[in-house]
Amino acid sequence: MQPPSEEDSAPPPPPIDGVVIQSICAAYDNDPHRMMDILIDTQAHFRWISPDAMHQIADLTGLSRIEVEGVASFYTFFSLTPNGRVTIRLCDDIVDRFAGMPEVAKAFEAELGIALGETGADGAFSLEYTPCIGLCDQAPAAMINDIVVTNLTPETAREIAARLKAGDTPEALVSDRFEALAPHARATRMVDNNIRHAGGVLLGPVPREAGLKAALDLRPSQIIDMVEASGVRGCGGAGFPSGRKWRFAAETEAERRVVICNADEGEPGTFKDRVLLTERPHLLIEGMTIAARAVGATEGIIYLRGEYAYLKPLVEEALAERRDAGLLGQAIMGAKGFDFDIRIQMGVGAYICGEEGALISSCEGLPGEPKTRPPFPVTRGYLGFPTVVNNVETLCHVARILDRGAKWFFDMGTDGSHGTKLFSVSGDCLNPGIYELPYGLSVHELLEMAGGEDAAAVLVGGPSGTMIARDQFDRRLTFDDLATGGAIVVFNGERNILEIVEYYMGFFVHESCGYCTPCRVGNVFLQKAIGKFRNGLANPEDIDYLRDLSATIIETSRCGLGMTSPNPILSTLDNFPLVYSAMVKPSKDRVRATFDIQSAIDGARKIAKRRSQIFDRDFTK
Amino acid sequence: MTELPKARVATASLAGCFGCHMAILDMDERLIDLMARVDVDRSPLTDIKRFTRRCDIGLIEGGCCNEENVHVLQDFRRNCDVLIAVGQCAIMGGLPAMRNAIMHSDDPLRECLDEAFLTGRYIRNTTHNAPNDPALPLLLDEVYPCSEVVEIDYNIPGCAPTGDVIYETLISLLAGKFRGFEREKIRFD
Amino acid sequence: MSGFSFTIDGVEITGAEGQTIMEAADAAGIYIPRLCDHEGLRHQGGCRVCTVKVGGRSVAACTQPAEPGLNVENETPHITKLRRDLVEMLFHEGNHLCPICEASGNCELQAMAYRLDMTDPTRFPYLEPSRAVDASHPDIALDTNRCISCGRCIRASQDVDGKGIFGYVGRGIHRQVAVNGENMAATDAEVTDFAMSAEVCPVGCIIRKREGFATPIGERDFDKGLIGHEIEGKKADD
Repeated sequence: MQPPSEEDSAPPPPPIDGVVIQSICAAYDNDPHRMMDILIDTQAHFRWISPDAMHQIADLTGLSRIEVEGVASFYTFFSLTPNGRVTIRLCDDIVDRFAGMPEVAKAFEAELGIALGETGADGAFSLEYTPCIGLCDQAPAAMINDIVVTNLTPETAREIAARLKAGDTPEALVSDRFEALAPHARATRMVDNNIRHAGGVLLGPVPREAGLKAALDLRPSQIIDMVEASGVRGCGGAGFPSGRKWRFAAETEAERRVVICNADEGEPGTFKDRVLLTERPHLLIEGMTIAARAVGATEGIIYLRGEYAYLKPLVEEALAERRDAGLLGQAIMGAKGFDFDIRIQMGVGAYICGEEGALISSCEGLPGEPKTRPPFPVTRGYLGFPTVVNNVETLCHVARILDRGAKWFFDMGTDGSHGTKLFSVSGDCLNPGIYELPYGLSVHELLEMAGGEDAAAVLVGGPSGTMIARDQFDRRLTFDDLATGGAIVVFNGERNILEIVEYYMGFFVHESCGYCTPCRVGNVFLQKAIGKFRNGLANPEDIDYLRDLSATIIETSRCGLGMTSPNPILSTLDNFPLVYSAMVKPSKDRVRATFDIQSAIDGARKIAKRRSQIFDRDFTK
Repeated sequence: MTELPKARVATASLAGCFGCHMAILDMDERLIDLMARVDVDRSPLTDIKRFTRRCDIGLIEGGCCNEENVHVLQDFRRNCDVLIAVGQCAIMGGLPAMRNAIMHSDDPLRECLDEAFLTGRYIRNTTHNAPNDPALPLLLDEVYPCSEVVEIDYNIPGCAPTGDVIYETLISLLAGKFRGFEREKIRFD
Repeated sequence: MSGFSFTIDGVEITGAEGQTIMEAADAAGIYIPRLCDHEGLRHQGGCRVCTVKVGGRSVAACTQPAEPGLNVENETPHITKLRRDLVEMLFHEGNHLCPICEASGNCELQAMAYRLDMTDPTRFPYLEPSRAVDASHPDIALDTNRCISCGRCIRASQDVDGKGIFGYVGRGIHRQVAVNGENMAATDAEVTDFAMSAEVCPVGCIIRKREGFATPIGERDFDKGLIGHEIEGKKADD
C-alpha cells in the first residue's frame, strides 16, 4: 500500500481539530483503556489517525505518542494516512477468490479509477483487500464503510461503484429508507442468514429468558455445576470445558469479575456467530447474564469484530431493550444485588484478537497481543480482574442448558462432544450456509446435506484446522477426531491445493501479532517456501524442511496462532503429498536446479544491452 | 603411521575480498604440513585456471554477485566431492549482499549501478556511464549465498576465518573426523 | 518465603515462591539461553530462546513460574536445535553483518549463535529488509537493521529511566521498535540513560557514538568465554 503522493492529495480530510479530539477523549473519560474507542471515533471523524491526533490523544490520556501509535499501527482498519470518504474493503479470502473476486476487484478498480491499496486523488474512495469478513457463504463480498455487499459480480461491482460515485451513500445501496429500517431488517437486507438446517438447541424455537429465570432460582455454584454437567465445551475452536473456566473465575478472590463474549469470529470460513448475532442476540446476552450470575461478574463486554460493524446497531438495540426490561443493569429481574451490564467493544481488523489474551489486551486499549500465561484470564484477566471469555455460540448454549437441563444437552452428540454445533459450510457446494447438527456426524454426511459431494478436499476448522482428502471423508466432526470452531470449506478437484495453502500462509503472516520470534519470522519462511513449491523451484529436501520448520514454530510459539499456523502445510503434506513431490526439482550433480540463472541475469541483460557469454547461446557459432 | 594418499584441494574466490585466501596463507608454517597431505589443484594460489582432475575438497570464498561467480561455483560443485563455504560472504552473501537490502525499488539493479557510478555523492565519473565492457560478466539481480546456487557441505564461518580454524577443519575433514567446531573458536567476524 | 526443589536436566535445584524457572536456574548457576530477558527488566517472553520443556510441554523459562517437583529439560539436543532455529530466524529477519558491526564480539545474538553451534549451511531465506539508520542524535545512533525486537530498550527506558523513548509499532513481520518522536534527536534520550547503556541492547542497534572500537575485536565480552559462562561460573565459585 502506498500513501498518496503530495500532488494528488486533493481535498484534504478535515483538519485535525483539537476541540473534536478533546470531546472524543472526554466521552471516554480520557481513559487510556478505552484507546480503541478513542481511535475509532477519531478515525471516523478525520478519516485517518494523524501524527498530530496521536500526539493530542497521548497528552489527554496520559500516554506517550509512541504508545498511541503502537495501538493505531497494530490494527489494519486504522489508517495512518488519509482514507477516502468511502472505504471499500474487498474480501480476499480464498473462497471469495475462487468465487470471482479478482474480476470484481478489477471492475471496482476500473470504475473508481484507483488501484487496490490506493486512495483516490479526489479523496473520495479507498480500495483495499481485507481477509475473511465472515461472508464466505455469499462470496464474493465486501465492506463499504460499515455496510456489506454480497454475491458480487463485475456487473454489480460496476453498478455499486457508479452509484457511490454519483453521490449515493453506502447505506443507500441497501435501502433508500435505510435509517427508517429496524436494525434487524437492515442486517438481513444486506446479508442472508442461509440457515440450511436448524437444530434443536440454537436455531429452532427458543423461549425468551427461560434460561435466565431458571438461573435465578439456583445458587451460582449450582449454575456452574449444571454447565459442567452438560459437557458444553468452548465453541470457538479450542474446546475448553466452559463450566471449568467459570469455576476457576468464581473461585478467585476479587472485587470485580468480568464476562466477555468473544464475537471476533475471524477464522477464515467461519460465519456462524454472524447468524447468531443476527437472529439470537437476546439469547447471547441472556447467556452472558447467566455467566455473570454464576461467576459473580458485574461487567460484561461483547467484543465484536470490526467486520461485523453492520451488526452493532442490532446488538445495541438488544442491549437497550434489555436494560429497559430490567434484564440488564441493577437488580436484574428484581434480584437484589444482581447487577450486570454490558458494553460493546468493536474490533478493528485483527484475527489475533480472537485469542483470549489478545482480545483482553484489545479491550484494555492495547495492541492485540496475547498475554503471558500464567496467570490465566480466569484468575487475572481484563484490567487484572478474573475474566471469563466465551464464544458467542457457547454463551447461547448456556442459556439453553439452563432452560432445558444439563442432561438434555449432554445426551446430544457423542461422548466428549455434547450438544449441537453450528457448521459454517462454504466453498464448492450447492448449499453454502449454516447447519446446526449434533456433534458426531461425518464429513461425508455434511457434504451430502450441503451438496458438496464432488469435493476433493475439505478444510475442517479453517486454516488452523485440518485439510482432508476424499479418503478421510468418513471422519467425524467431534473434538476428538476433527475439531472445528465451525468452518467447513469445500474445495473441488479444480482447485490448486498449493494456491490454497499459500493463501492461508499469507493470511497467518498478515495476522501474526509479531510478539514472538517463531510466529513472526517462521511463518514468513513457510510462506516463502510454499511460494517456491508453487513456482516449481523447491528442492527435494524442502519437504523435510517444511515439516521441520513447522515443528519449531509449533513448539516455540507463544500462543495458539503460531501453534496452529503451520497446519495448512502439515495437513496437506500428509493428505496431499503428491502436490508437493510433483513440484520439486532435484539437483543435478549437486548443482541446484532451483537456482534460476536466467531470471537472475535478466535485469542486467536489459541494462547492459547484451547477452550472457556464459549462459546464453552464442549465435555466432 | 600409514601414509595416506594425498588429497586434492581446489579453491576459488567469488564475490569476496581475497581475505579468506589470505587466511589460508595465515596457517604459516603449517602450510608445509598441509602440503604434505594435499595437492592444490585449481586455485588462485597455484594459478591453475581449470580443474586438472576431480578434487576431494573445494574451498569457496565469496558469494555470487555475477554470472561468472555462478559459473565457477557450479564448476566447483561438479568437480569436488566436498564443497566448503569459507567465510561470511560465501555463507550468507556478506558485505556484497548489502546491496540486496538497499535495492527495494522497481529497477533495483539500475538504481544500484547509478548510485555506484553516476549519482553517488562522491562520484567523479567523466564517462557518465556505468562500466559495460563486453568482458564484464553480467550482474545478478541480487547477491546469493553459495548454498542457494549449489549444495554446500560445510561452512567455515568468519570474516575471515582464522588460519587455525581453516587448518584444523581441513585436517579433521581429511582424517574423516570432523564433528563440528569447538564452540570457543566459532567467530562470525 | 519457603524454598522447594525441582530439577533442570536432572540437577536438583532450589526454587522459591514467585521465582520463574530462569530466575531459579540463574541462582543455581545453571544457564538458560535468553535474548529478550535481562536482569532487572520486566519479563517479556518474546524471543522464545529460553524455551524449555516441562512435562513435554514447551514453556518460556523467563515467564514460567518455578514449581515444586518440576522436571525441566534445558540443554537437550532437541531444545538446542529449536533455539538454534530461533536465533537463525533472528539473523535472517534483519541485516546482521557481523564483519562490519561494531557490536561484534559483544553481541548476544552472535554469542548465542556460537553457543548453539549455528554453523551448518542455512535453509532459511534472508529477508533483507530495507530499514532505517537514525543518526540524528549527537551521542546516539540507531541502526535498526540489527534490531531483533527484544524490547529491552523499551522496558529499560520506560521502567528504569522513566522516559518511554521507545515503543513497538506495527504488527507481525512489520512490528518494530520505534522512537517517541520524529527521530532520536527529537526525543529526550541521553547517552547516560540506562536504555542506551551497553548492557541493554543485546545487538548493535543502539550505538553510543565515538566509542565503537575502544575495545579491539578479540578482546571483547564473548572473546573471553561463551555467553552464559558468568552464570555458569557462579556454580563453580560456590
